[in-house]
Amino acid sequence: MARLVTPRKNASINPLKTSTPMGAALAYLGIDGAVPLFHGAQGCSSFALTLGVRHFKEDMPLQTTAIGEVETVLGGAENLEEALVNVAGRMKPKFIGVASTALIETRGEDFPADIVSILRRRHELDRTAVVFASTPDFSGALEDGWAKAVTAIIESLVVPGERRAKAGTQINILAGVHQTAGDIDALRDLAAAFGLRAVVLPDLSGSLDGHVNAEFSPATSGGTALEDIADLGEAVATIAIGEHMRPAAEALEGLTGVPSRVFATLTGLQPADELIAFLADISGREVPASIRRQRSQLVDAMLDCHFYLGGRKIALGADPDLLYSMSAFFAGLGAKIVAAVTTTSHSPLLVEVPAEEVVVGDLMDLEERAGEAGAGLIVTHSHGRQAAERLGLKHLRVGFPIFDRLGVQHRATVGYAGTRSFLYEVANMFLADIGEKTPEDFASSRVPEFQLQESDHAGATFAGH
Amino acid sequence: MASNLNAKVAELFNEPGCATNRSKSEGERKKGCAKRLTPGAAAGGCAFDGAKIALQPITDAVHLVHGPFACEGNSWDGRNVATSGPKTYRLGVTTDLSELDIVMGNGEKRLYRAIKDVVARYDPPAVFVYETCVPAMIGDDIDAVCRHAAEKLGTPCIPVHAPGFAGSKNLGNKLAGAALFDHVIGTVEPETTTPTDIVILGEYNLSGELWQIRPLLEQLGIRVLACITGDARYREIATAHRARVTMVSCSAALINVARKLEERWGIPYFEGSFYGISDTSTALRTLAKLLVERGASEGLLARTEALIAEEEARAWQRIAPYRPVLKDKRVILYTGGVKSWSIVSALQEAGMKIVATSVRKSTDEDKARIEALMEDPHMVGSVPAREMYAQLKRGEADILLSGGKTQFVALKAKVPWLDINQERHQAYAGYDGMVNLVAELAKSLSNPVWEDIRRPAPWEKGPAEAGEPAVTEA
Ligand code: SF4
Repeated sequence: MARLVTPRKNASINPLKTSTPMGAALAYLGIDGAVPLFHGAQGCSSFALTLGVRHFKEDMPLQTTAIGEVETVLGGAENLEEALVNVAGRMKPKFIGVASTALIETRGEDFPADIVSILRRRHELDRTAVVFASTPDFSGALEDGWAKAVTAIIESLVVPGERRAKAGTQINILAGVHQTAGDIDALRDLAAAFGLRAVVLPDLSGSLDGHVNAEFSPATSGGTALEDIADLGEAVATIAIGEHMRPAAEALEGLTGVPSRVFATLTGLQPADELIAFLADISGREVPASIRRQRSQLVDAMLDCHFYLGGRKIALGADPDLLYSMSAFFAGLGAKIVAAVTTTSHSPLLVEVPAEEVVVGDLMDLEERAGEAGAGLIVTHSHGRQAAERLGLKHLRVGFPIFDRLGVQHRATVGYAGTRSFLYEVANMFLADIGEKTPEDFASSRVPEFQLQESDHAGATFAGH
Repeated sequence: MASNLNAKVAELFNEPGCATNRSKSEGERKKGCAKRLTPGAAAGGCAFDGAKIALQPITDAVHLVHGPFACEGNSWDGRNVATSGPKTYRLGVTTDLSELDIVMGNGEKRLYRAIKDVVARYDPPAVFVYETCVPAMIGDDIDAVCRHAAEKLGTPCIPVHAPGFAGSKNLGNKLAGAALFDHVIGTVEPETTTPTDIVILGEYNLSGELWQIRPLLEQLGIRVLACITGDARYREIATAHRARVTMVSCSAALINVARKLEERWGIPYFEGSFYGISDTSTALRTLAKLLVERGASEGLLARTEALIAEEEARAWQRIAPYRPVLKDKRVILYTGGVKSWSIVSALQEAGMKIVATSVRKSTDEDKARIEALMEDPHMVGSVPAREMYAQLKRGEADILLSGGKTQFVALKAKVPWLDINQERHQAYAGYDGMVNLVAELAKSLSNPVWEDIRRPAPWEKGPAEAGEPAVTEA
């Protein structure tokens, strides 16, 4: 059980957070034929776009209602209308996802009502699905924006009612913001192995996986199809990944009666076991031989790798669900989480993180704690590079944004196979600097770190989950 | 804030030093350059973005962004502006205003405490405080907070009024320049002065480009008193008023500072560029001439000519080996402004053909230079991504030179691309920079990967049927 600490601060130094509207934009980008639209001033969307492109190494659409000084006084409804009509006319999207920013929320207008009235009047928008999520920067972070957008999509676009009579083989997967394209592909394959067709929402594996199209498209190409969203109610079950997807899962269940299950994490042997057991259960099928093999490969990898992870001191900085997932993974292999920093306090999972305390803070909090505790590895997104550099530590990049590594969209960490390859990646980082010993290594004052197996590491707690 | 900011903006739009402005009628000028953006069809950064770009290379200062999270949170640690010393500027610092702060009107208090915290923690020579949209709208008086903090803490605190909604990135550059002029330049006297002290304006030391220029200047005995702003220190900027000559490098953006330096301190300025071989020479020559006019020894002129002759010869000689790879290769130059012509001659010298050059942000003067340089100049405005993609896909060019925004248009059309704007990791300034650019072009064009990826998949018929561009060279 971790203690949740929120230090009182006047300035955030080296933010860990990514903004709430950015989370919403990413979720919208997981829809086929989508254009996200920020309701706010021009710069907010420009920064978000640049950041998104830095991470995905892909172009992406992202528009703005371009609120200027005049509109901050008079109100932004006209700009919203003009923007919707312009985007629909110019980019011909099937879907426009609107996310509000701090500026426009500070003014405080009734956006949902504005949108309803715009849609009623402007028939140019008849063939475009428009969804709105309230996501001011001053409340929450990446996960919140993502989750709010997904919930808004479900509430506006899913055909309500019990439709499971038609149910056969469909399963819904509500992906968290921490799932990569690689994760989603892996989950889809796992479902297929049980004869299930997975509808993934949002599906960045279709839109931002880095593919080369034959045609040029100003909106997203690939992602969840609107028809599939409408038919989410036809599934036998819904899997939601991460606590932040619980509200979306509940909304879907409320609308359609499709039972849902929230998985806190899918990384690690036990979480993967739970997923496979669930899939076997709802499909009524035996676990296929190929997946059984993957499990035994993971077990073997854990045996081979635990030497290099046991007793390691890890400093973690991530949004709540990713933080929980990573901390459970590391602790489960005998590493010790000496510093855990997260972005928002909303998540009930935070107290379950196998660390003494979880700090809601920034990368400076992480840096200071990592330094004091003598961490050997920093696990956070690319902005942690400055801290890693100053402390002379290895830096494993996870989360968003990752702009100084390539191919991050294809790194899978879920299921047996994903856990296995991630485990090898981590173990190799430690293995890389086990060199030849010199006499100095045995100076009386220094005991090699890997002998420091602490008895109270949190792996046991985790296993009992 | 509003009236204050409006006055500042109006003053900037009246800038007589700006070529675009000079060519406008009185009425047009009054309207300013702030076109209302089209909702749903806007691109580009906000004024805050521009201000931060212009000031962040002051490497020993803390840059504190006052506002809700996203302004700084989504943009920090983004640009490759290099430092030879302090790294304080790389910190991402923001008051990260919460809903409660905004509702309760705690912004000013938060800001003061934030300044106090960073001063205690880093003891910087100055704190730059950036105003963003929300505090500007609710009326936080950051001038008063900065004044109060500077008094109490003894550290200069510079308010930068560039809330995003005020306008574009370019306006932000100018507002940053105004902040420097109002609060920084002239506040410190340099320890020594020399007759060859200069100020460079608008050189951000992207990927270390200033370091391609500095050695040339040093060889000539020219001292860069302050570079506004690249690899800069606060105190250097504060002493800029003692320079003899100002060179404005990134054309329009900071021209207001140059003109005011002339007005108040009598420092003559000229616009020049360190992109391109002949432009580098022209810039050095002009610098030398102006310095001599202002009292530097005559010998500087001859030394400059000798250096130019030597460096040019060396550059052309180093470019020559790349000619066989680059000969007759067709380039689209999609950048605008100074770069629409300044690198043309180097590309031509390397044997390349310029299919088109974009004149999006170019002035009439820029256009005249293109016409002088090219036999059949094909100038284009801004090209929609879809069109650019089609053009590249039809195989109308062998390589695209542009900024990051059009990168994927080229790559997805399976056409080589080279970044020549601000996000790049290569330094292209001065003589060495041009050689570097040519080498990068050759590296990109001769990469066998292009041919490999353009081959159809085994299940596709042929290049023509699959709608692939014809492979340009076997
Ligand atoms: S437009 Fe305003 S709120 Fe948006 S990033 Fe720029 S300064 Fe911040």
